[in-house]
Amino acid sequence: MTQVSVRSTSTLKGLRCRECGEAYPAEARHVCEFCFGPLEAVYDYDAIRALTTRESIAAGPHSIWRYRNFLPVTGEQVIDVGTGMTPLIRSHRLARQLGLKALYIKNDAVNAPSLSFKDRVVSVALTRARELGFTTVSCASTGNLANSTAAIAAQAGLECYIFIPSDLEAGKVLGTLVYGPQVMAVEGNYDQVNRLCSEVADRHGWGFVNINLRPYYSEGSKTLGFEVAEQLGWQLPDHVVAPIASGSLFTKIHKGFQELIKVGLVEDKPVRMSGAQATGCSPVSQAFREGRDFISPVKPSTIAKSIAIGNPADGVYAIDLARKTNGNIEDVSDAEIIEGIKLLAQTEGIFTETAGGTTIAVLKKLCEQGKIRPDETTVVYITGNGLKTQEAISPYVGEPLHIDASLESFERALERSRTLERLEWQQTSV
Amino acid sequence: MSVTVLIPGALRKLTNDSPTLECTGANIAEVIDALDRSCPGIKARLCGENGELRRFVNFYVNSEDIRFLQGRETQLHDGDEVSIVPAIAGG
Repeated sequence: MTQVSVRSTSTLKGLRCRECGEAYPAEARHVCEFCFGPLEAVYDYDAIRALTTRESIAAGPHSIWRYRNFLPVTGEQVIDVGTGMTPLIRSHRLARQLGLKALYIKNDAVNAPSLSFKDRVVSVALTRARELGFTTVSCASTGNLANSTAAIAAQAGLECYIFIPSDLEAGKVLGTLVYGPQVMAVEGNYDQVNRLCSEVADRHGWGFVNINLRPYYSEGSKTLGFEVAEQLGWQLPDHVVAPIASGSLFTKIHKGFQELIKVGLVEDKPVRMSGAQATGCSPVSQAFREGRDFISPVKPSTIAKSIAIGNPADGVYAIDLARKTNGNIEDVSDAEIIEGIKLLAQTEGIFTETAGGTTIAVLKKLCEQGKIRPDETTVVYITGNGLKTQEAISPYVGEPLHIDASLESFERALERSRTLERLEWQQTSV
Repeated sequence: MSVTVLIPGALRKLTNDSPTLECTGANIAEVIDALDRSCPGIKARLCGENGELRRFVNFYVNSEDIRFLQGRETQLHDGDEVSIVPAIAGG
């Protein structure tokens, strides 16, 4: 085990069971021995408050590490590959279509290095893995986490093993292999991959970012809350719409807001939290709709593979949060997801993957149902990049016009395309 | 029925660090009782005071979640593999 020098100003105090409150040291463990509840990082908030001002954050790196006082690491050296500080874009054309006056898009489709929000959680998890002495890291993934873990492990010089379901999109498999990890494509769905990895984690001494490093990993998602607050001029939004897979991202965005309130960096105000699922894998929205406080697992069947978790670990917390904040959890069909991808691309110039299509489609649905008021400052979280899930959308985006390299051929094609456009317009207006 | 039970890290203090245990029982409920006889205290970790499985505990029989089978009444056969797995985040 390598010794990592500990920072004198570390704010991490340890881990605590979210269910029964049992305390544990800040080791590689994720489950309470007494009740199986998930463990969460505990901080010294007085120390954070003393160390942190808006100015000290602004003077920090242009990455998630400007918020390091809120992150569960203790060493001097963090893995900073430029993750975070992605654009928060004021939407005009999509907002107008949806009838919203203040819609913002948090665009993690352009996160670094691997084009999804997972770079946030992995940067934190691998920094902590190194502090805890791990030289081999691993994960179970629906794709984005695999890309990110493989990329950042390569940069940090850590050995890497990746477990994915065997039916993942080609872009996500290639976008993992290129970094040189050992990839295991498991015959089965994500929940089965996860079960296998849980058993592997118990047997081999590896740092699994989403298993034994989960208490550190999951905290990385809080930076999605911190950044939005800072980018809104140190104010919280009124309403958030974000995807729900395991439910971790959804709950941690809100935890980020709460921590900023706790240390006095933003004014306290309620933020409504609304979640998005694909109908083909919607155990959380089903439970929300039926008023249940437990999740019945499902077998996923949807094009939104990155959020196809049938047995979501933090699902009960996501339901609780949506209810407590007067939000909603909705689901949409695969056809609506494709329309959501196209809507975002054609109104805002952002090409998102199926999870983002799900989130946009749910945003639209909630607007149509009157569940988002037009004057609410609303932030929609786009968590992944469309180039990774091309199979899902390729039959629905049309074809280029093939022409010869002559003006005549071009003019003919142009005339034809204008006629087609007119016909389309006439059809839709009838 | 004689089955093999995979024990997660979080419970191995109770099994003398053993990662697997051989056990007999006609269904999951009986296996949990049998586990508790050989490793006293293990049932209280898996089940709440009402006797129901805790919400963050997952049981699998030959890789299938028992909630897709008959829950604690899921019938077992000789040689079945029963895994106990804590809930996992990720994606």
